[in-house]
Amino acid sequence: MTPSQPLDWSLFRAEAINRQNDRLQHLFMILFALMALLLVIPVVMIVIILLQKGWSALSWEFLTTFPSNGMTEGGIFPALLGTIWLVAISLLASVPLGVAAAIYLSEYARQEHWLTRVINLATINLAGVPSIVHALFGLGAFVAFFRLGTSILAASLTLAVMTLPVVIVSSWESLQAVPQAFREACWNMGATRWQTIRHVVLPNALTGILTGIILQVSRAAGETAPIMFTGAAFFLPYLPSGVMDQTMALALHLFTISTQVPDVPEEIPFAVALVLFALVLLINAGAIALRMHLRSKKKW
Amino acid sequence: MSNQSTAHHNEEPKSPLSHSSAAVVLSTTSTISTADALPASAEREEAQATVKVAVRDLSIHYGTTTALSGVSLDIAANEIFAIIGPANSGKSSFLQAINRMDLLRHNMSVSGSVLFNGIDTRSWRNVYALRRKIGVVFPLPVGLPLSIYDNVALAPRLRGIKKPSLLDEIVERSLRRAALWDEVKDRLQALGSLLSGGQQQRLTIARALSQDPEVLMLDEFSIAVDPVTTMRIEDVLKELKQQMTIILVTNLVQQANRLAERTAFFLNGECVEVGETEALFEGQVQDQRTLDYLQGRFG
Repeated sequence: MTPSQPLDWSLFRAEAINRQNDRLQHLFMILFALMALLLVIPVVMIVIILLQKGWSALSWEFLTTFPSNGMTEGGIFPALLGTIWLVAISLLASVPLGVAAAIYLSEYARQEHWLTRVINLATINLAGVPSIVHALFGLGAFVAFFRLGTSILAASLTLAVMTLPVVIVSSWESLQAVPQAFREACWNMGATRWQTIRHVVLPNALTGILTGIILQVSRAAGETAPIMFTGAAFFLPYLPSGVMDQTMALALHLFTISTQVPDVPEEIPFAVALVLFALVLLINAGAIALRMHLRSKKKW
Repeated sequence: MSNQSTAHHNEEPKSPLSHSSAAVVLSTTSTISTADALPASAEREEAQATVKVAVRDLSIHYGTTTALSGVSLDIAANEIFAIIGPANSGKSSFLQAINRMDLLRHNMSVSGSVLFNGIDTRSWRNVYALRRKIGVVFPLPVGLPLSIYDNVALAPRLRGIKKPSLLDEIVERSLRRAALWDEVKDRLQALGSLLSGGQQQRLTIARALSQDPEVLMLDEFSIAVDPVTTMRIEDVLKELKQQMTIILVTNLVQQANRLAERTAFFLNGECVEVGETEALFEGQVQDQRTLDYLQGRFG
């Protein structure tokens, strides 16, 4: 460019239309950011209210003693233990079944086959069935038909039926996220389908599968409806001695002392809610830590 | 034995390999079928030493789409056999039919036959054993999310080898044969995916070699590899030819020219012709389309 030629500055000037787009884009960004922030408010409020109203009742004794005086005093030990029982046994049932079903649907079934589609559709719909319907199913199937009675086992299996579809869907999605090329490479080495799943697919899908499972743990811990007909009791003066006994559970205990029992001091339900909330939070934190640990080892 | 068979193939133009005519094809099959009746005959041993993979009237369909129709050709032991042709000409499907990947593809149907060591691959009771004899290298390097060591040790481990010293030996030998050992010997526990593209492709070759294959099939291996590494891998292939048969699918006609004794030209699912690479590139073609493709007039 010769120095005599003046520089054409209009090339660098933003056109009016660009400026307008720019403003619009800022406006939307702020809008979306506000929406995102809005989500934080309820969580923070819940934590603050729970801590404010329930903290005073919380103590080691509260966690380790039985409720007393018509549940207006004392602790929540049997309920806490019962929730752990219920969640653990429901996981024992739903995880192997769910993961196995997901492996079949993702790795073996012909994706375009009508039966596969029907199963997929049924799974997704099952995930959307309200928990009270699961409760009635559990009552009919486990309590009455299989004669398990109202017991930890019946309640856990009901919870398992409720969480199973989500375990299947989330596991299926994690399996599908493993690149097809990994399977191809393995098959070409002379690996069977199972060897491929065992050595290549599952290790790489594990993070996602575990995340899905742990999210279901917190759901199972918090549900009331599925267990109240099938194995959870309002009040028991003793701890369950086996899976055929009834048990108390945190979520049902909270419901009971909030609505069914008169003259419960206000801080006790809030303290129960705080414990339930902390339990779920703890499980989720565990899930996040596990996922971060596994992702740091993820290799592609 | 390998040299012998190559010499045999070069000196005797009447050997079944130099021809692709139907008559010769028939004689080869009949040799094999009579040999089946007389397993100990020397005739059969010779047939085995010569023809590694014999393809007869192979057609491949995906649903209603035809990927390959009526391909017949022989691939000799210890030769580099190139398959050239534009995209969608059925080259990759051809490779998949050889190691029976159609079993894992619900919509892929194969007719005709592939004889591996003179035995129809469909009569192999254990397809996994068949696939172990055939190493495969893909267009894009598929580094499994494992360490370099575990990538190469996977195939032997799947076969049930657990002894660490034996695994070490296989890993080292495979990496050496793929000309990668010197670059990675100090970081075998590092992730395979941390290697450069060219190194990763050599890693997949090492992985294929860890199966101790009789046939190595490479599907456009140089697509994501720089020219220098491509030349290194080509040198590796020339070495490997002493010990195995190599089927090389390539988009680069010059690569076929550099490496292959014989070349097949595939177009739209049809095998247009098979010939000595040198002759083809000198213009001795039976079909004008081959010449057009080789000279870059299309494709």
